[in-house]
Amino acid sequence: MEQKGKLKNDLILVTVLLLVAVITFFAMKVYQKQTTNHAMVVVSVDGKEWGRYPLNKNCKKVISLSDGQYNELTIKDGYADMTDATCPDKICVHHKKISKNGETLVCLPHKVVVEIESEEESNVDGSTN
Amino acid sequence: MNRKSTTVAYLGMLTALAMILSYVESLIPMSVGIPGVKIGLANLVVMVALYTVGIKWAFALSMVRIILVGFTFGSMSSMMYSFAGGMLSFLVMVIAKKTGFFSVRGVSILGGVFHNVGQIALAICLVENVKLVFYFPVLLVSGTAAGVAIGILATMIIVRVKKVYRNDEDKMDGAK
Repeated sequence: MEQKGKLKNDLILVTVLLLVAVITFFAMKVYQKQTTNHAMVVVSVDGKEWGRYPLNKNCKKVISLSDGQYNELTIKDGYADMTDATCPDKICVHHKKISKNGETLVCLPHKVVVEIESEEESNVDGSTN
Repeated sequence: MNRKSTTVAYLGMLTALAMILSYVESLIPMSVGIPGVKIGLANLVVMVALYTVGIKWAFALSMVRIILVGFTFGSMSSMMYSFAGGMLSFLVMVIAKKTGFFSVRGVSILGGVFHNVGQIALAICLVENVKLVFYFPVLLVSGTAAGVAIGILATMIIVRVKKVYRNDEDKMDGAK
């Protein structure tokens, strides 16, 4: 009988966790939608800003780090994507390309973060997108 | 004295098992593209230890495993992430177990979720970027899913192991 009560508690736990996940997911989606305007691609290495590039201009940047390590960032058609890297896990390369405000490409071994940042928070004339 | 050597042998076996499971997990390609998404197979062993030999030894096992696996298959940074995830998830699992509110599955789910939370918290500190919170919903779901799977397995294993291995501490727990 005690076991049954615990099973119910487990189910409540799962439901609550999934609910929190769904809510935070949509909250972030809404937040991203409101703030994607004049987006910039900001590259930072070890917490320090390394460079920023407009998202609407195609370009290719090689972020070279110490001892021959590098990450290759490609900006194309309004998307930023990590196309090559020398890091061991290659998670950043496999990550899907990003385009919305607040989205990030992270390379943990190299401490490289690429993120989309809108120049201004959405304001009145932000609707001319 | 006999009891003590049994415990030592049992813990040695669990440590070896945890290492193997960590290795097996590193072989499974997980190209979801999101850092931190893991099955946490090794947590299975920690769960079994938690329910058979008690908190003290389970904690030792968890730490030894992280250090050994870090040196053999990982790097310094992967070890730090394991520590952050491992410590937090262990703490939460102990609390969840103590309250007696959840079954093995519930404890395992909390362990899985907080393992991810610990890792992402450390990542936010190390990379100095709060935007990593955007991974949170995905990690929450993956942690829950992994926790359910590990929890179901752990329930089955604990029942069987308890028939063979019985600890004094466990009897005391039962008396409460």
